[in-house]
Amino acid sequence: MKHFPLTLFAAFGLLAADPPLVVQNANILTVTKGTVKGSMVVENGKIKEVGEKVLVPPDAKIVDASGQYVLPGIIDSHSHIAADSINEGSISVSSMVRIEDVLNPEDAAIYRAIAGGTTIANVLHGSANAIGGQNSLIKLRWGKKADEMIWDKSQPSIKFALGENPKRQGNPTGGRVGAGNVNTLRYPGTRMGIEDVYVEAFTRAKEYRESWKQYEAQKAKGETVIPPRRDLQLEPLVEVLEGKRLVHVHAYRGDEVLMMIRIAEQIGFKITSFEHILEGFKVAKEMAKHGSAGAGFSDWWAFKIEAYDAIPYNMAIMVRKGVLASVNSDSADTIRRLNTEAAKTMKYGGLTEEEALKLVTINPAIHLKVDKYVGSIEPGKDADFVIWDKHPLSSFARAQQVYIDGVKYFDRDEDASARMKKEAAKKALEDKFKSEQQRRPGPAAGTAQRRPQ
Amino acid sequence: MTTRRRDILKWASLAPLAATLKADGNPPLLIRNAKIVPVGAPPIAKGSVLVIGGFIAAVGENVTAPAGSQIVEGEGLTIYPGLIDGLSTLGLDAVAPVSRFGAGAPPPSIAAAPVSISRGPEDRPLTTPWVKAADQVKTTDRRLPQARSAGFTTAVTFPTSGIFAGQGAVINLAAERTSQMVVEPSVGMYTTLSTNRGGGFPNSLMGVIAYLRQTYIDAVHYREATAIAAKNPQLPRPGYEKALEGILEAPRTLFPAVRAYEIDRMLRLTKEFPTKTVLYGLHEGFRRGEELSKAGITAIVNLRWPEGTRDGDPEDREDLKVLELRDQAPSTPGVLAKSGVKFTFSTIGVDSPAAAIRAVKRAIDAGLPQSEAVKAMTLGAAEIFGVSNRLGSIEKGKVANLTVTKGDLFQDSTRVQFVVIDGVKHDPTVEETAASR
Repeated sequence: MKHFPLTLFAAFGLLAADPPLVVQNANILTVTKGTVKGSMVVENGKIKEVGEKVLVPPDAKIVDASGQYVLPGIIDSHSHIAADSINEGSISVSSMVRIEDVLNPEDAAIYRAIAGGTTIANVLHGSANAIGGQNSLIKLRWGKKADEMIWDKSQPSIKFALGENPKRQGNPTGGRVGAGNVNTLRYPGTRMGIEDVYVEAFTRAKEYRESWKQYEAQKAKGETVIPPRRDLQLEPLVEVLEGKRLVHVHAYRGDEVLMMIRIAEQIGFKITSFEHILEGFKVAKEMAKHGSAGAGFSDWWAFKIEAYDAIPYNMAIMVRKGVLASVNSDSADTIRRLNTEAAKTMKYGGLTEEEALKLVTINPAIHLKVDKYVGSIEPGKDADFVIWDKHPLSSFARAQQVYIDGVKYFDRDEDASARMKKEAAKKALEDKFKSEQQRRPGPAAGTAQRRPQ
Repeated sequence: MTTRRRDILKWASLAPLAATLKADGNPPLLIRNAKIVPVGAPPIAKGSVLVIGGFIAAVGENVTAPAGSQIVEGEGLTIYPGLIDGLSTLGLDAVAPVSRFGAGAPPPSIAAAPVSISRGPEDRPLTTPWVKAADQVKTTDRRLPQARSAGFTTAVTFPTSGIFAGQGAVINLAAERTSQMVVEPSVGMYTTLSTNRGGGFPNSLMGVIAYLRQTYIDAVHYREATAIAAKNPQLPRPGYEKALEGILEAPRTLFPAVRAYEIDRMLRLTKEFPTKTVLYGLHEGFRRGEELSKAGITAIVNLRWPEGTRDGDPEDREDLKVLELRDQAPSTPGVLAKSGVKFTFSTIGVDSPAAAIRAVKRAIDAGLPQSEAVKAMTLGAAEIFGVSNRLGSIEKGKVANLTVTKGDLFQDSTRVQFVVIDGVKHDPTVEETAASR
């Protein structure tokens, strides 16, 4: 019972028990309001004040950040960490599956991500099928339960995928080698088949919606009717049609992007973002016109045939043509250095510092529809921020402290001392098991002795 | 009615006729001057238990046996209610391993059939709720004498293959005929999170969870639609669904959760399901006593405590969390008892019934009071599966299942002297004792 209220407060950012926090003498990169040399006041998990001079509450905890930089927590709009499964690739329409159901709050990748300055990750279903599963936007509150990481301000969303992965027949996992059972190949096997999957699925979704409308109408007239069966595969698609669910589409090639925009407009829904979008530079105008964001890598390509036409200037071109662009990780590795990924767009394409920083902060916040709460250092927003020892666009910069809702989840100094404690605890347990094994006669001990040194 | 029969009924007024007839051939049995641990009532330092017609006829310090009774001198012995294996596959002698179904090579009978692949929840993949352990148990399972030698008289036995694997039964571990083993034929549904490795839906954990969710929605819809159609014959009648019938029929459902975050996951998920939840596994339950208690969930702790990999690379170091799990898993029952969570034990995956008893001893060493261990394996298990009106304690009128030991249960030097099942005394043979050690 002792820990319960604490974790509950942390989860909702109601840190009534915690004193206010003031970060002083910092270079505050607000992202939306320029750079402020001064202080930031945090109260109840929210940013209260930012300025050269601030009102320091009497009981405030002071963090001196002289010579250091404060940046909003990085938002990774495309991640696959912290989940026990990523793909339900057995069927081409797996909209009933939810990442939220399989979050693993103990995945060490979460801790590594916050150590790299990332505070929010959009954990997406994989790209094994045309219509994948429901994604989960989480705050990386390391040490908390899965439920406490799921962010209550997030919008429901779903993953779609185009190109090589979803058309890989008979390959339920999205891997590179077929599952072998040629009698049970998964449809489709071509790009035009993928288009057909969308048309068919949304046709069914519309019929499903109609069946409920009809039922409600009959019921209103007082008729006795059997209600339709709730279909968890089609419900999310109805939500897409009604604009209640964001759509993130895995896409590489320009022609596929055009196809997707065309059928989305025919069917009647909006594409929130194209993910990876290596050929965004070819179709930036069309994306901007449809209103979809472009989220992808800075300089990674040629890892498969459909990824050969990419250029590192992609991000900059999309930005210049009016596409809401962001850089994301798609990997437990890159998620630790998204600041550096953003910096690459300054070299390739000449984005300004602020434009580069936006790619990993406010821009993903806007396309994920959470910019009211996060993505910049502004009074009223969630106190999700990172203190960097150098300018975060420098490849030498390292995150020193990371806060989510005003609560510190990473501290580089504390990490160093915690490592020693953890190592000692580990060693003690290992020794305990070893001595137990030696005391216990039997095959286990014998096997251990026979092992070559 | 003979005089003798009338006597029996006088002694065991609650005895159903069938059971009385079954044990007809056996004379009354009196175990006297023994220590009695009735569970649910205070222990008796020196007393007797009288068994007539398969039921407990009297318990107390002064019990007189009718003429012709078989008398067992209980000096130095302790009488417990018969131990119940709270979750097992005892009696099912050809058991498919839990996670193998649909994985790798299919069972031979399926291999020959034309290939069909599950394309979604509607195909009800890995779903066999109509399979009942009660239909499949056999008196010939070679593990039964081993279990009796270790002190078990009863088991809750389940089919374990598939997502909705089938329905479990409470069985007694000895009988002349199979039908007599079954005490209660349908006590719950067993589920696993097995994926469909053959290539069909579901092939991921989240797919399995989505499948569970849709299937429960379908089951409730089926029940409602059937009820509406029954009242309104002009409406189209929903088709009979064998799979959903079985799911609705089960009085409770067992879901797996081993790690703490899996417990959280299942607590969250099962709130959506229209069935009484029992969680099994629970090795990291020592971190979730409070949450389980608050949710009012009953628990079945698996007695195969986690071990290190035998031939693992010595250079590979395990995570601290994994090491802690291995170190502290046996403290789970103690934590659950303290938190007021109703629990019992499962022996699935444990090498032998005797090893299961030793595993309980480890839980006692890690903080579980001995009396709580006994309760979990007797009345606790009976309550969880809804058979406490017949089993679980030494009480007049209950089924005469007794475990009689020399020395307190769970001590290294303890010997199970004999067990009584449905009023019949079973002595462990020398080989059985040796085999189970």
